[in-house]
Amino acid sequence: MPTVATTVSPPVPDAAPTASGRAGARRSRRGSPILAALPLLAFVAVFFGLPMLAVLIGAVTATEHATGTTTFTADNLTRSVQGAYLDALTSSIKLSLVTAALGVVLGTLLAQAVVASRLPGLRNLVVTASGVLANFGGVPLAFAFIATLGISGVMTELLHLTEAGWSLYTPAGLAVVYLYFLIPLMVLVIAPALDGLRPQWREAAANCGATGWQFWRLIGLPVLGPSLLGGFVLLFGTAFAAYATAAAMVGSVLPLVTLQIADALGGNVLIGQEGVASALALDMVVVAALVMAIYLPLQRRSARWLR
Amino acid sequence: MAALTRRTRAWHGLVLAVAGLYFAAPLVASFVFTVDVPHQGLTGQAYADILGAPGFTDGLGLSLLLAVATIVLVLALVVPAMVAVRLRPGRLGSVIEVLCTLPLVVPPIAFVAGIGSILRLGPDQLSDTPLYQTFLAVQDERFPVALVLSYTVLALPFVFRSLDSGLRAVDVPTLTEAARNCGASWWQVLVRVLLPNLRSSLAGAAFLTLALVLGEYTIARILTFETFPVWIVKISGSEARLSVAVSLLSLLITWLLLLALSSAGTRTTTASEDRP
Repeated sequence: MPTVATTVSPPVPDAAPTASGRAGARRSRRGSPILAALPLLAFVAVFFGLPMLAVLIGAVTATEHATGTTTFTADNLTRSVQGAYLDALTSSIKLSLVTAALGVVLGTLLAQAVVASRLPGLRNLVVTASGVLANFGGVPLAFAFIATLGISGVMTELLHLTEAGWSLYTPAGLAVVYLYFLIPLMVLVIAPALDGLRPQWREAAANCGATGWQFWRLIGLPVLGPSLLGGFVLLFGTAFAAYATAAAMVGSVLPLVTLQIADALGGNVLIGQEGVASALALDMVVVAALVMAIYLPLQRRSARWLR
Repeated sequence: MAALTRRTRAWHGLVLAVAGLYFAAPLVASFVFTVDVPHQGLTGQAYADILGAPGFTDGLGLSLLLAVATIVLVLALVVPAMVAVRLRPGRLGSVIEVLCTLPLVVPPIAFVAGIGSILRLGPDQLSDTPLYQTFLAVQDERFPVALVLSYTVLALPFVFRSLDSGLRAVDVPTLTEAARNCGASWWQVLVRVLLPNLRSSLAGAAFLTLALVLGEYTIARILTFETFPVWIVKISGSEARLSVAVSLLSLLITWLLLLALSSAGTRTTTASEDRP
């Protein structure tokens, strides 16, 4: 049986620093966390908190342009969950759920293949490429896909995809494009966690007679759980928030909530459009916050495995 | 056992091949699209036009400047907070985690709706106070501080995740106590003990921030600053081939920058990797 690497021995009371040194360390330690975190807390409060407060106020108030008076109203919020705005919201959520689920599965498969292969340069290459591709979303990605799979795209013409019923300007087409940055994002999230699966665990499981499937079901996936869940939330949020790709690709052909907000922000001509933009923004925040509310307790539960 | 390994290896090979095809196809096809002009044959004209295109250097320069400023600011804010929290785990740790994850909940388009409302307060309400000058200064076209501040908020979740996974692998309290027992000051502990151990996750955080800023379109467009992506869209209306060529080139530029950064980040860590 292979010897287990010795763990760090617990601190012996006698070996502790002298009383005065201990008290000094304790004093400076007590002050330091909040002091060191203060700039971050203040920054988030001002530069994130205030804009969010402005969205909230904008969503529940209306300003009369003639008189300049501001009153509380639920009109903006009601309008934002009716008719075309509601369609946009639901199709955004559907698209994000599907692409996030696909991204988690495909990204994990890819990361596992990369981490397991013993080629020295491959891991660095893929992680670096993922860092680029995960943020290659937006404008350049839209143009690259239009040149590839658009109506007169190179692959579309080469493989006669239009005759086969393919169109880039559908939810399925958008999903293919989104996965181009969601899969690398998942690779970035999951690769460190896969590195954390020590080979010794696998060997130990194999020594006990476990099959590969048993290893993954009983050890691998529970340990990876928090990272997988975290990855899903990250991917959902990214897909849900994606604006530039969709804007450059489909214009307003597909109803998506981000496109509706940009339209409302740009349409200063119509009275009350700013309020609707704020209300739609608030809707998006509420949806994403609901996902987080589901995710956090789950994640805390699975995080126990890593202790 | 050997058969199983071979099957696993074939499976991994298949996954890698399919992924390679999927990720290479748009790049190769875009390249073909830019050089293979119907009725003209092969030409590199689209690429020759890029450098001379009006606004190219300005847009790229602005985006790079914003990226550097954002990386410095976000690391200066997050690193001390996260290290301190590791030293004394408590409620503050979860507060920071939630705060750093919150920007993920808020899509950039919703965030910019709020920023827009705040910035409009300047001319609307504060025009006769000294604060008005501040509002004008943060919207300076040559160096829009408003964008640096917004991008720092957007980068928080990515930087937090990267540093958190790095800190998970490092026993901060033990390292700190060891260094303190050896007489190191707090500054020495941070700079000479903890940061070298976090080098790869710091580099990862910087990569992500750099790529995020170079590609960010939503906020810059709505606030009407002409950063690199905004410039690409601006020219796409008239020059389809040029815009695809610049898109490809922007990937290449980002790629080269990231490669340079990642080799700088990993070169010195190889010695410390043989921990038990």
